[in-house]
Amino acid sequence: MKKTYKIEVDCANCALKMEEAAKKVEGVQEATVSFMTQKMKVEFAEGADDKSVMQAVRKACKKVEDDCEIFLD
Amino acid sequence: MTKKQKLVLYRIILAAVLMAALYFVPVKGYLRFALYLIPYMIIGYDILRKAVLGIVHGEIFDENFLMAVATVGAMLLGVYNEAHGVEGEFAEGVAVMLFYQIGELFQSVAVGKSRRNISALMDIRPDYANVEDESGNLEQVDPDDVEVGTMIVVRPGEKIPIDGIVAEGNSTLNTSALTGESVPREAGIGDEVISGCVNLSGVLRIRTTREFGESTVSKILDLVENSSMKKARTENFITKFARYYTPAVCISALALAVVPVLINLCMGNPANWNVWMIRALTFLVISCPCALVISIPLSFFGGIGGASAKGILVKGSNYLEVLAQTKYVVFDKTGTLTKGVFQVSGVYPSEAFQGEASALPAADGMSAGGEEIGRTAAERYGEAGGKLLALAAYAESYSSHPISRSLREAYGAEISQALVTDVEEIGGHGVIANVGGVKVAAGNAKLMAKLGLEYDRNTGVGTIVHVAVNGSYGGYILISDVVKEQSAAAITALKKIGVKKTIMLTGDSAAVAQQVAEQLGLDEVKSELLPGDKVEAVEALLAEKLPKERLAFAGDGINDAPVLSRADIGVAMGALGSDAAIEAADVVLMDDNPMKLALAMGIARKCMRIVYENIVFALGIKAACLVLGAVGMANMWVAIFADVGVMVLAVLNAVRCLHYTSE
Repeated sequence: MKKTYKIEVDCANCALKMEEAAKKVEGVQEATVSFMTQKMKVEFAEGADDKSVMQAVRKACKKVEDDCEIFLD
Repeated sequence: MTKKQKLVLYRIILAAVLMAALYFVPVKGYLRFALYLIPYMIIGYDILRKAVLGIVHGEIFDENFLMAVATVGAMLLGVYNEAHGVEGEFAEGVAVMLFYQIGELFQSVAVGKSRRNISALMDIRPDYANVEDESGNLEQVDPDDVEVGTMIVVRPGEKIPIDGIVAEGNSTLNTSALTGESVPREAGIGDEVISGCVNLSGVLRIRTTREFGESTVSKILDLVENSSMKKARTENFITKFARYYTPAVCISALALAVVPVLINLCMGNPANWNVWMIRALTFLVISCPCALVISIPLSFFGGIGGASAKGILVKGSNYLEVLAQTKYVVFDKTGTLTKGVFQVSGVYPSEAFQGEASALPAADGMSAGGEEIGRTAAERYGEAGGKLLALAAYAESYSSHPISRSLREAYGAEISQALVTDVEEIGGHGVIANVGGVKVAAGNAKLMAKLGLEYDRNTGVGTIVHVAVNGSYGGYILISDVVKEQSAAAITALKKIGVKKTIMLTGDSAAVAQQVAEQLGLDEVKSELLPGDKVEAVEALLAEKLPKERLAFAGDGINDAPVLSRADIGVAMGALGSDAAIEAADVVLMDDNPMKLALAMGIARKCMRIVYENIVFALGIKAACLVLGAVGMANMWVAIFADVGVMVLAVLNAVRCLHYTSE
């Protein structure tokens, strides 16, 4: 399953950091962050619950870049 | 400017004013340090906080860390000097932080602005749909809520929100948001219309045939928005590069601060450690990789945005990169280089028919329109030719075969079918009919052979319709596919831009293929190919080229999906309204003008040139400054230029990707 989320991030480097962080979260197969379109595309692993995984992704991203925001709805 | 950016701006102004004031305040010693701490904290508190958080989370070696270490180091050096009775320098640390923030702010504003510009360029999203209720009032609703089969009303000046079929009204549509071309299209009752077009003249009532999410405009938006997710090799390189670069620089800086001091101590020289400390800090400021990390994705984004404004959809930065390296362009013939429509390209009456033509009653006997038609057709094809075409068109008037249609089109006006009697269709041969008292047989060579007639065998290249009149051979009509007006210019433009070889693949006969190839100046042609053969032909070409050269395949997206995916880059043409083409290809040309391919390659090349310029420029200046910094020839000011100045220049350069003008 793939989903796209709107994000808010200030710098390109931070977007890269978010991407790295999101990839490491359990339940995330693949993640790409586009600084230019301010979007995060997440491909979830088989059987993962997207809601709870995204909570974890958001937390992980906040950890590396506390200015960022992921809009989860 | 956003709220965040404004806040940073106020902090910058405040810190700058305080610094300027402090310059004139005659305080000495630790009090001075304390006073300088005020602007330093105002301007740098968020950086320091992020650096500390980074360390806590194990994310050291980022730019916040670099700046924090450099400026805190500079401040502490000042304190150390004070402690040893020398007047300490505090302004530098604050200034570095201040300029870093100015640079960040500028970059954030510039990037935000170009991002919005590009997004606006690509924004073809309709905001609403007008739905009519029972009493005839129009209501604006979210296009997402419109069900399939709903009647929507599009007034002049509005965007068509959802794909559908015109049920009422006539108008012209501007497709430029989709195709980049400003030539308007006509739309009347029964015509399919595509979302994203702007209605220019009349009110249209449209019955929707799709949901908004399935409509052309949504698909295109989706594609463009996702395009920056597919990263180019160069982009990935920069990401990887940054991952190793920053730690490497930090370690080098540490080494620069420690190693010379230790050597000095061992050699019994004075340690000079404050000198080396300053050099190490300068080194840190210079090394910040922002210029690359920001300007490269921005360049690609600008390239993709600029292309989509011209009706060229590139599905990812990686394809822009491949497009720039394309040296071989393989074309499909029908529908790509040619129009894919069959037209009468010549009428060749036999000598015998030329003698008899005037004696035939046909042209006069055929309806009121016949007079008119006889004249226009005669003007183009001569008297005998016009008559021959008229007879063939009448004889074929009951058929819906594309060939018959092109005969009727060439004939030009209304055909009164009442004049045509005794129609006999012979499958695979042609048709025999009585046209106003004249017995006409129109068909292929087999028909002539069947009728026992001698026919002209030295015909031109294309589809031939032989015509027999009253039992004797009357001549033939040549029907062939027509080359697009822009095809020859497109091949020339591709050559000019550096394409080594242009190749055409076609299922058509060798004679037709050869003729088109010569007309357009193609390098190579492979004819009589079955769809499977096309894949093989492309594979052979892929094996033949050098590894760094890329091969592009351009087709109309119908039936050539396997070839589109096999080539290094697949280009679909005339994709407006064709979902299959949009899905199969890597680059989508919304209209069917082959010139756009040269344009797309031009944009890709410009974009890649800017990307490399930025890489070389940024790394070059940084390397030079790093060396100068290490040997003590570059001070903090040079360092700030190497960081912020280079970044600003790189961003400005990247914005150029948005605009491309072909000469």
